[in-house]
Amino acid sequence: MSATPSPVIVGERRWVNRAFGLLAWVVGLIFFFPVFWMVLNSFKSEQDANTTPKLFFHPTLDRYRDVTKSATGLLSFGEAFANSAVVVLVSTFIVLALAIPAAYALAIVPVKKWRDILFFFISTKFLPVVASILPIWILARNLHVLNSRLVLIILYTGINLPLAVWMLRSFFQEVPRELIEAAEIDGAGLRGQLTSIILPLAAPGIAATGLLCVIFAWNEFFYAVQLNPVDGSTVPIWVTTNISTRGAFLAKLSAASVLACIPVVLAGWIAQKRMIRGLAMGAIK
Amino acid sequence: MTSVRYDHATRTYEGTSIPAVDSLSLDIGDGELLVLVGPSGSGKSTALRMLAGLEALDGGTIYIGDRNVSNVRPRDRDIAMVFQNYALYPQLSVAENMGFALKQQKVPKEQRIARVREAARVLDLEPYLDRKPKHLSGGQRQRVAMGRAIVRRPAVYLMDEPLSNLDAKLRVQTRTEVVELQARLGVTTVYVTHDQVEAMTMGDRVAVLKDGVLQQCDAPGTLYHEPENVFVAGFIGSPAMNLVEVGDERPLQLGEATVEFDGPGEAALAERAGPVTVGFRPEALEVGDGPLRAQIRTVEDLGSEVFVHLAAEHRGEPLALVSKMFPPFDASPGDNVGLQITGTTHVFAEDGSRIASTGASLRARALEHR
Repeated sequence: MSATPSPVIVGERRWVNRAFGLLAWVVGLIFFFPVFWMVLNSFKSEQDANTTPKLFFHPTLDRYRDVTKSATGLLSFGEAFANSAVVVLVSTFIVLALAIPAAYALAIVPVKKWRDILFFFISTKFLPVVASILPIWILARNLHVLNSRLVLIILYTGINLPLAVWMLRSFFQEVPRELIEAAEIDGAGLRGQLTSIILPLAAPGIAATGLLCVIFAWNEFFYAVQLNPVDGSTVPIWVTTNISTRGAFLAKLSAASVLACIPVVLAGWIAQKRMIRGLAMGAIK
Repeated sequence: MTSVRYDHATRTYEGTSIPAVDSLSLDIGDGELLVLVGPSGSGKSTALRMLAGLEALDGGTIYIGDRNVSNVRPRDRDIAMVFQNYALYPQLSVAENMGFALKQQKVPKEQRIARVREAARVLDLEPYLDRKPKHLSGGQRQRVAMGRAIVRRPAVYLMDEPLSNLDAKLRVQTRTEVVELQARLGVTTVYVTHDQVEAMTMGDRVAVLKDGVLQQCDAPGTLYHEPENVFVAGFIGSPAMNLVEVGDERPLQLGEATVEFDGPGEAALAERAGPVTVGFRPEALEVGDGPLRAQIRTVEDLGSEVFVHLAAEHRGEPLALVSKMFPPFDASPGDNVGLQITGTTHVFAEDGSRIASTGASLRARALEHR
């Protein structure tokens, strides 16, 4: 019960803590370095970007001008951005609208055989994406939705739904049972319980789930390039249009990639604020 | 004007064969504070949750007033519940917590505010109305939980161990406050606790449960002085009643002493064959130079009374007994003493039911028995 542990342990612990702190920084910087280099490259001239790496150069916004300049017949940044925004926001909205009731049914008032249902949801993820492309392509063609935003909205909803159900289920389970019971006794119906108790308390979880859906949908490339290469193409496809077969394009591609990243970073930043607020609020006792 | 009636109410949890609450029949009068008490797993909380509508009934019926509520949703039962961990809505302020039920009932805003203020005044919560629960102390949270129930003006209050998260001193103080408040409001209340002192001090009547079965429901004094069976005898009272299995010898032998009954006890016992258990409360056991030899193990001097823990020998095995003496008491652990029974002694049959309660004393065994 003594409050002061022996100094040897304190010293040892401090040393270990420092080592771990250093390791975390090193690993973090290693992970961040490519992003940093990409941002740096985007402000360089093609010449600077393609020569021996150097930290000091004359920064320019020309590459950004290049990539956002719309040329006739080619997918423009504005179009791609609008397409992505619609596809990502609509699909994420549908995912949450479907996953919240599903998670309620699996976590709070478990339906019969809920374990099997949960497994069934995730089992759709076992199939490699590439194995599904042919039937999906044929279906999309027969339904006349190839090259449309609609096909991507449907697919991204389907891809993100299982994950969202799993995540939200575990977040809903964290909502203390007594709170729901108290609300029930206090006269709140299903809607009242959801809107006044469950959703506010699970808000950080919902934000995290929504963020993941947004990131996955925003960055999805495979289906987009297969089913939607012309009209209604999304930002990842637009990024690839900046790869030219001839000449240097590294700085240009970097600038395009930076632009493609910004919305995700922004979404992450907003969601993180929400998450921290929610976590601080969750304390019951 | 609301009474509550359990009529053979039964609840069996999924995956178990033994009911958590087994055919419970209980009448709770209008304005009464009834305490459900029992060890953990006795079904007391389940019984309360059945009344709340949070547990379905597998048999029997529950009435609130004249209305059969067995299949009525919790929100339509006109009840308010105080939970053990208070279950305050963390994202809402104290005022919003207390007004939540009224808001659900679509009570106009001015009325809502007035009723919340009124309850806050009664509970000394007025300075905290704008605070979130996490900025309150344990005692304040407990009062908010009470306030949330009061504001409702329901037909019945349900309280599930509402004081068990408070520290000992605050618990005793709040106990009195709850009793006073309940008496003032006159609302029928069902109160669950595992603490028999809380049960005895708070309840108009106390219902003792064990393994889902109601053992006895009576006024605290009756439970203490006339327990219906061995379980109630051992559960109620602190320190617990001394219970000794004395077998089927007649006259009854306790260690090297003989138990002698006065009055009708002897006759009742004579009619019964089979092994019996005798029980006597610590205050009915006197440490001095009585005929039952024992050694003092520990002495707990509480100032107003002294609990003496003793080791005797009975049928060749060690027997632990407790005596309640009054100061001054000068004996120390290790001292050899003699015990005498000076008060009511209960006799229980083999099935646990009480046969007789009567005065008794111990007499040294006659030499020819040795």
